[in-house]
Amino acid sequence: MENKLNELLKSAIEEIKKSNDLNDIEKIRIKYLGKKGQLTLILREMGNLSKELRPIIGQKANEVRFEIEKKLDETKSKLEQQEKLEKIKIEKIDITERRKSTYLGHKHPLLMTIKELEDLFISMGFNVVTGPEIETVENNFDMLNSPENHPSRDLSDTFYINDKLLLRTHTSPVQIRAMKKYNAPLKIISAGRTFRFDDVDDTHSPMFHQLEGLVVDENISMANLKYTLDIFIKELFGNDIKTRYRPHYFPFTEPSAEVDVTCVECRGEGCPHCNYTGWSMELLGCGMVHPKVLENCGIDSEKYTGFAFGMGVDRITMVKYGIKDIRLLFDNDNRFLEQF
Amino acid sequence: MLLPIKWLKNYVDIELSSKEIADGLTYSGSHVESIIKLNKGITGVVVGKIEKIDKHPNADKLRICKVNVGNEVLTIVTGAQNVSEGDIVPVAKVGAHLPDGKDISEADFRGVISYGMLCSLKELGYEDNVIPKEVKDGIFIINDDVNLGLDIVEVLSLDDEVIEFEITPNRPDCLSIYGMARESAATFNAQLKEIDVKIVNQVDDIKDLISDINVDTQKCHRYYAKAIKDVEIKPSPLWLKTALMNAGVRPINNIVDVTNYVMLELGEPLHAFDIDKIAGRKIIVRQAKDTEEITTLDGVQRALTHEDIVIADENKAIGIAGVMGGANTEITQSTRLVVIEGANFEPKNVRLTAKRLGLRTEASTRFEKGIDENLCKFAVDRACQLIEVIGAGKVVNGNYDIVKFTPEKTNIKLRLSRIEKLLGVKIDEFDVINYLNRLKFETSLLDEGIIDVVVPTFRRDVKVEADLIEEIGRLYGFHNIETKPLFGKLTRGNRPKDKELQNYIKDILWGLGFNEAMTYSFISPKAFDKLNLPSNHEFRKYIRLMNPLGEDYSVMRTTLISNMLDLLNKNNNRGIESMRVYEIGNVFLPSNSSDSMPEEKTMVCIGMYGERDFYFLKDVIETLLERLGIKEYEYIRESENPIYHPGRTAKMIKDMKSLGVFGEIHPDIMENYDFDKRIYIAELDFNSIFEFTNLDRKYTELPRYPSIVRDIAVVVDEDITVGDIEDVIYTNGKELIESIELFDIYRGNQIDTGKKSLAFSIRYRSSEKTLKDEDVNQIQKKIIDDLEEKFQAKLRS
Repeated sequence: MENKLNELLKSAIEEIKKSNDLNDIEKIRIKYLGKKGQLTLILREMGNLSKELRPIIGQKANEVRFEIEKKLDETKSKLEQQEKLEKIKIEKIDITERRKSTYLGHKHPLLMTIKELEDLFISMGFNVVTGPEIETVENNFDMLNSPENHPSRDLSDTFYINDKLLLRTHTSPVQIRAMKKYNAPLKIISAGRTFRFDDVDDTHSPMFHQLEGLVVDENISMANLKYTLDIFIKELFGNDIKTRYRPHYFPFTEPSAEVDVTCVECRGEGCPHCNYTGWSMELLGCGMVHPKVLENCGIDSEKYTGFAFGMGVDRITMVKYGIKDIRLLFDNDNRFLEQF
Repeated sequence: MLLPIKWLKNYVDIELSSKEIADGLTYSGSHVESIIKLNKGITGVVVGKIEKIDKHPNADKLRICKVNVGNEVLTIVTGAQNVSEGDIVPVAKVGAHLPDGKDISEADFRGVISYGMLCSLKELGYEDNVIPKEVKDGIFIINDDVNLGLDIVEVLSLDDEVIEFEITPNRPDCLSIYGMARESAATFNAQLKEIDVKIVNQVDDIKDLISDINVDTQKCHRYYAKAIKDVEIKPSPLWLKTALMNAGVRPINNIVDVTNYVMLELGEPLHAFDIDKIAGRKIIVRQAKDTEEITTLDGVQRALTHEDIVIADENKAIGIAGVMGGANTEITQSTRLVVIEGANFEPKNVRLTAKRLGLRTEASTRFEKGIDENLCKFAVDRACQLIEVIGAGKVVNGNYDIVKFTPEKTNIKLRLSRIEKLLGVKIDEFDVINYLNRLKFETSLLDEGIIDVVVPTFRRDVKVEADLIEEIGRLYGFHNIETKPLFGKLTRGNRPKDKELQNYIKDILWGLGFNEAMTYSFISPKAFDKLNLPSNHEFRKYIRLMNPLGEDYSVMRTTLISNMLDLLNKNNNRGIESMRVYEIGNVFLPSNSSDSMPEEKTMVCIGMYGERDFYFLKDVIETLLERLGIKEYEYIRESENPIYHPGRTAKMIKDMKSLGVFGEIHPDIMENYDFDKRIYIAELDFNSIFEFTNLDRKYTELPRYPSIVRDIAVVVDEDITVGDIEDVIYTNGKELIESIELFDIYRGNQIDTGKKSLAFSIRYRSSEKTLKDEDVNQIQKKIIDDLEEKFQAKLRS
């Protein structure tokens, strides 16, 4: 009987060795170890054995079962591993293939610029305020100390709705609204659409955008204006950018200045872009709020002073993104929009 | 404003280069546009005299000149017809280089060797608009006493440079060489030279030549005139011609050139009339009549209005005041008697006249900004002096000087403390006074720290203390003001809530794959026709611009849809297969009364074509509203909206307010656009959205008990909507229903025509216990019964 067991073990191991897949393994298990399996059959014959032999053969049978099971398990896990590797291998895909299924939108470069500028000033403690696109002549010109004869008031410069209403030509009327509403002290910016009677070309558009800032408090000076704008410009264009303050004229500020910055193309070296001056001209206009404008808004111009500044956002956007034609900003060509 | 440097240096003692002058003046407030080199690349061109001219033996159109260039006589073949023996001309010698890139070498002209070229002004680099008419098509005849052989660059002052300035409208005093000399003197702290006006000889009396001058309008502040007799009209001497040309003005004849020279020099436009052509020899300054016409010096006949000021004689207008003289009194070759006018007119009238006539001249650009009335006399006298100097005529004794203005002295009190307050820098009293005096402001000390300042008459722009502080600031140099940080309460900047929400909406739409567009606030009224809107449609109640750029931009938009359609259409025409885009912008609604402001309403417009369908757009909007915390709104079918497909449009209502409308664009409108794909558009009312938005979030406990999912499939009439059935399900299941998902719609053989099968998956969950089958079965039965009763629905198994 012991021989029989040895034979059985031998043949089982032989079969296991030859097995190729998990099915074979299962078949072998059933063949030898199943309820009707060969080992079971042998064990049934145990009853015929002598008392002495029974434990010996019993132990032997258990050893054989253990051996077969061990071998089966080993082979099974080996085969499983093989099968997994095989599966992983055939699951290889072409990773250069493309299947477009997500799509993120694109924000408009000009509106991104406005938001960026607003965020910058918000971080400096400025509040954002807004005003209407259709303004009164009073807010747009009169209150801002614009001379009655100023050419900018002409029908050929400004879009009028009637003799009292117009499309605002700058964001400065928002200053008036804010000063009248909140009085002093005040620290605001306002960006938005503005309109001038300009035919469309590469650099002109009847609709364009400005960002305007205003600080009114006791003891606000030109030195504060310069400090604030210098920080802003460095944040916007980088630390190596220099500024140049040139006296200029605006009806609503006195003194007034225009600010040039280092040419962003050549960083001040001089290039065709800046006409070899090293300066990008007229990035923004600024000045100390004219005492009359303060008084117009009910602010004591002796006690309070203020500075204001304004800039063309379209131009800043164009410089920032290298856009050469302002028309692209309002043409909404999808191929343009998708670049930002 | 063109400023030739050599001319400038006649009046101010500075030894600076053009670049240094330009930089300095930039910092003191004169904006430099460019620095122009007059010499555009000339070398080897000298002055020569044509001693002899012979016909070319082999060519009719060519002539052979013997030209004396000082040290030699050159043979030069020319095709020019305007030269004669004895003429003094520019000669480009062999080896010379011209601005157009031409190099001169010996050349064989039909058998005759030419050793150079006679030059026109154009060939020397002058622009057509400054070349005198008599030499426009020919060689430049110098005919002045110039040494032969001299370099033409020196003779024509082409070694000079010209700075081009953009003068701000508040500084008309800078629209002259002398004005800029004054600025330069102040800027560089240099000596400004006075112009010494002296007329050596005067004859007769002006009263004998001009019987009277009347000023019959308040719009002429001053009229000053002097007369010249024995006038001999001829080309000006070379120095005068050169001065004009280099400053961008075309020489005409000696008298006109002198008036132009003085205008450039002093900034006072002068005019010369031929006295013999003035009817009655009487000058009247008056408002024009509405029927009046005049032919101006440029040969154009112009209709006048009562707003214009004219210079007239007894019968007719002879000049448009401040703009241009009349052809009827023009200085011509035969002119013998001349009156030189130096006047001062109301700037507004000049500006409007010039603008209306489309005739902006050197004179009008100066008058319209305002000129010092005191200049009239000085400028006319200066012109007389020059006329005498160049021998163009004899100056007549006496003058007419009609003064209609009251000279006002402006005194301003200037506090040193205020300077520091405004500029943020302390400037010494001594420096302050020095800056002001350099700018010709008179100063006297009033009190401790207070200076009384008298404003010079040519500086009308200086009216208040702040103006003086700007003057001080710009001479101190804005760039020299040391920066100082703002100090005060530390505050946090904010955006208004509505703008914050707009940014959030943009972020959501961005995340959903929509690009951002920007379109004009004004549109064409035709847009409303293209939208097939009936004449009484609310969108047609628009605000019209008084003076639009054109019909296409003439009305303020009342909807964003037309711009959206336009932009989608444009992109489709570009061959872009599909697009998702949105715009957040204002629409403009007229107010009821003319006194009040129109309403500006912010709208959110979403558009797409070329992919997906109605349900995608609906999903986008629902996602958006869900994120904004807007719940419990209802959909109403919009079948009457002319813009949208009658069967594919929904309006969203919450608390009786419209959140917006969305759907597929009406096929008729698609035809109007000739658009070959379906377009889906939503226009949402931002104000309503803003009102209902609730961004507060509170944690609700995660489910503790398991859910049960049951499917129901029912067959119903086509007209029964998913929403109808979902309502029934919710009504019966109440809070036990966690979600309903429509997972199949079937139409086909297995069910009757006109019917559809809808299959829903319903998830039940209780927050209090584990649901049992019986609990759900009960509800399911109620739902099915209800559906059968309400919609004759049949359960499909």
